[in-house]
Amino acid sequence: MHSNVPFMVKLLAIAGFGILYIPVVMMMIYSFNRGKLVSVWAGFSTKWYKELWSDDVLLTALHNSLIIGFSSATISTILGLLIAIAFVRFSDFGGRLFLSLFASAPLVMPEAVTGLSMLLLFIAMEASFGWPSGRGVDTIMIAHATFGMCFAAVVIQTRLRNMDKTLEEAARDLGGRQPFVFLSITFPLILPSVIAAWLLSFTLSFDDVVIASFVSGPGSSTLPIVIFSKIRLGVSPEINAIATLMILVISVLVMIGGFMVLRRDSEK
Amino acid sequence: MYSFLQKFGRLLVIWLPLGWLCIFFMLPLVEMVNVSMSEARRAVPPYNPAFQIGRDGISFQPVVDNYLLIYEYWEDYLWPAVNSVKLAFFSTLYCLLFAYPIAWCIARSNKSLQHILLVLVLMPFWTSSLLRMYALIGLLNPNGIINNFLIWAGITVTPIQMMQTDFSIYSGMILTYLPLMILPLYASLVRLDNSMLEAAADLGAKNWDIFATIILPLSVPGLIAGCLLVFIPAVGEFVIPALLGGPEQLMLGKVIWTEFFRNRDWPVAASIAIILIAIIILPIVYARYQDKEGIS
Repeated sequence: MHSNVPFMVKLLAIAGFGILYIPVVMMMIYSFNRGKLVSVWAGFSTKWYKELWSDDVLLTALHNSLIIGFSSATISTILGLLIAIAFVRFSDFGGRLFLSLFASAPLVMPEAVTGLSMLLLFIAMEASFGWPSGRGVDTIMIAHATFGMCFAAVVIQTRLRNMDKTLEEAARDLGGRQPFVFLSITFPLILPSVIAAWLLSFTLSFDDVVIASFVSGPGSSTLPIVIFSKIRLGVSPEINAIATLMILVISVLVMIGGFMVLRRDSEK
Repeated sequence: MYSFLQKFGRLLVIWLPLGWLCIFFMLPLVEMVNVSMSEARRAVPPYNPAFQIGRDGISFQPVVDNYLLIYEYWEDYLWPAVNSVKLAFFSTLYCLLFAYPIAWCIARSNKSLQHILLVLVLMPFWTSSLLRMYALIGLLNPNGIINNFLIWAGITVTPIQMMQTDFSIYSGMILTYLPLMILPLYASLVRLDNSMLEAAADLGAKNWDIFATIILPLSVPGLIAGCLLVFIPAVGEFVIPALLGGPEQLMLGKVIWTEFFRNRDWPVAASIAIILIAIIILPIVYARYQDKEGIS
């Protein structure tokens, strides 16, 4: 670190990093606690991890979360890619104002408001023409895809804007036609951002508890919903274990995503 | 034929996402406004739609009862609104207090360390806020890790009440939103020209003077962006007041939840949601206005 950073500043920075990491690290350590009490150390054990595999409620919720995460992230990425193309490549089109408004508003909307409004719509739709019949995995998927695509659009847009346009122009000069130029030149070039967008949408969906609570139905509880209701009952070593696993899995995914983006950047 | 296909493809690229957002983002908001102007009733669904297309044609009978109810019971509804703004405002300040030194340190360190530190900042941002709040509860509980340590060290005899206070809310907010403050600040600080700082130091400026006259003014854009990124989601926060706060730490997000799930008063929940949107739009409009001023 540069020597001209005053000592007090360094101290505050270290305190800030401490706030970010100490709670999570302590939780991970105590997930290996043998005792039932979460804050009194009673020796090393992995029994809480083993118990997770016999908890049917958790496993069903994990299954739901994975299905919702995969499908909503895929929809988000495809539609987010389309939004990015429309913004960066199309000069002026009818509805540009609306698209830019609708694609950025969900980013600042409080989760409780998004969840409530979607649920009200689903109920009104069901009353008027019978779809969706009740709420479940599909309604959560739609809700997650809707706000996920706005984040995906932001990620892909940045990449598309910074891309070297001459490659595309060269392909077109050589007689390439539009969908083929995009598929063979543009898409491979922006692929890292597309993957990053997918990972972002997936983690947003996999972590969301508020919106999912509003639009879920019986039997479609996701992992965060189950964990949230368990937390309200109190701290338990079992939650420590599942939380540790979730954070580790997401961190590995993020590192893979970050590595892919960095490698592409250094190749350039 | 080909140009027709191309035009069709263009329309598809625009209207597929736009159509989706119209149906699943705009329409829900319209429906929410509709419900907020509807009469509550004891039935399924528990409201009588203001706007209705039924067998006897279209009817539109809006009522303002729900907003009047919120006005009448202002202690139950408007106080949480004020409280939301207060808690979000101070959370933003505290985030700024910790984020500025971190952003400064990252911006001033060499390239390889910079990458590592940025990853360290981004990592918590990607992991679930719910789980990090749970980890925080483990620290702050009356029988949590901090209190156990304080009692063991003989600093206190009885556990200190940290949960369900403003302190726990602020801790949760900092833990959740600190990365969102650091990133824009870092982006504006890293562009700062080092020679300017050296020149100021050569001419005898003290550290504090350099900060107040050069660093701070040049980092204002990142500062405003960071404050918006923290304040806006913090105002509507639900998980933090629900898990870390007590009855004194009510926020609008939690009131919407309670009205909807516990009291089953959907029209009032929808009205509060609209008030929350209004609170959020204000700083955004202000920032846009400032932006335009800056350009012209």
